[in-house]
Amino acid sequence: MESVERTFQLHVPSSTENLSMIRDFVVGIGQRAGFSDSDVAKLELAVDEACANVIEHAYGSDSTHEVTVKARVDAESVQIDIVDTGSGFDPKQIEQFNLEQLISKRKTGGLGMRLIQSLMDEVHYQIVPGEKNELRMVKRLKKKSPS
Amino acid sequence: MANTFSVARSQEGGVSVLTLSGYLDAYTAPQFEKAIQQEYDSGRIRIVVDCAGLTYISSAGLGVFMSFIEDVREAGGDIKICSVVPTVYEVFEILGFPELFEIVPARADAMQKFGRASGQEA
Repeated sequence: MESVERTFQLHVPSSTENLSMIRDFVVGIGQRAGFSDSDVAKLELAVDEACANVIEHAYGSDSTHEVTVKARVDAESVQIDIVDTGSGFDPKQIEQFNLEQLISKRKTGGLGMRLIQSLMDEVHYQIVPGEKNELRMVKRLKKKSPS
Repeated sequence: MANTFSVARSQEGGVSVLTLSGYLDAYTAPQFEKAIQQEYDSGRIRIVVDCAGLTYISSAGLGVFMSFIEDVREAGGDIKICSVVPTVYEVFEILGFPELFEIVPARADAMQKFGRASGQEA
C-alpha cells in the first residue's frame, strides 16, 4: 500500500483507438493502489467511459486534440481527473433516464455517466466550455474487515 | 494491449449467432453494430449474441444492443444474450439490462427459447 501521495499522468491523442492505452494505464494505477480485481475493473470502466465521452462529445471525434488523465494515489483512495479543452456539457442536463424509455426512443445517451456514477465513490465536474473541463472521480480503497 | 475484438457470425437452425470475443468499447463497437445491422438488413431477426469470449464491455457496446432491440422485436424477432462472464454481467446489471433483455446461461438455452417461441420442438 502506498504510504505517501503519488501522482501519474497520461496524455493521449483524442481517438477512441487510444482507450485501450488509457485502460492499461488505469489498471496499473488501481493495482498499485491495492484495489481488488473487482474494484480495478470498476475504475477501468469509469475512466474508459469518461474518456470516450470526451473524445466523442467534447471533441466531436476530432483526433487532433488531447485527453489528459491525471491520477493521484494515496493510502486511502485513487483520484482520477480527466481534463479536456472541448465543448463541455452541463451536468444538470443529464437526464435521469429510464432504460425502457431510452430504448423506445432509440436513444442511448447518458449510459456512460450513469455507469461512472455507479462505479465511483465521488464524481465532480468543473466545466468551462472551450477552455478547460475537468471530471474528477474518486474511488476509495476498501478496508479489509477484521477477522 | 487490451483492444482486440472480434465478432463471428454463424447460422444455427434459422437463428443467427454472433459470437463476441475480446474488448467491446467505443473503438470496437462499430464492428458489432455492423454485424447486427447486416443480420437485420438480411431479415435475420432471430439473433443470439454469445458473450462467452467477451472480457470487457463499455456503454458503447451496450448501446448497440439498445439501438437494435426495438426494431428487431417489432419485426417479430429478438436478440437473446448468452454465456456472459460475471464482470460483463455486472455492467449489464448496473444499467438494468436483465429486465429488458433475455440473458441466459448458455447458447443452448437461447436456441431453445427461440424454438419455443416459434412453436418448434426445442
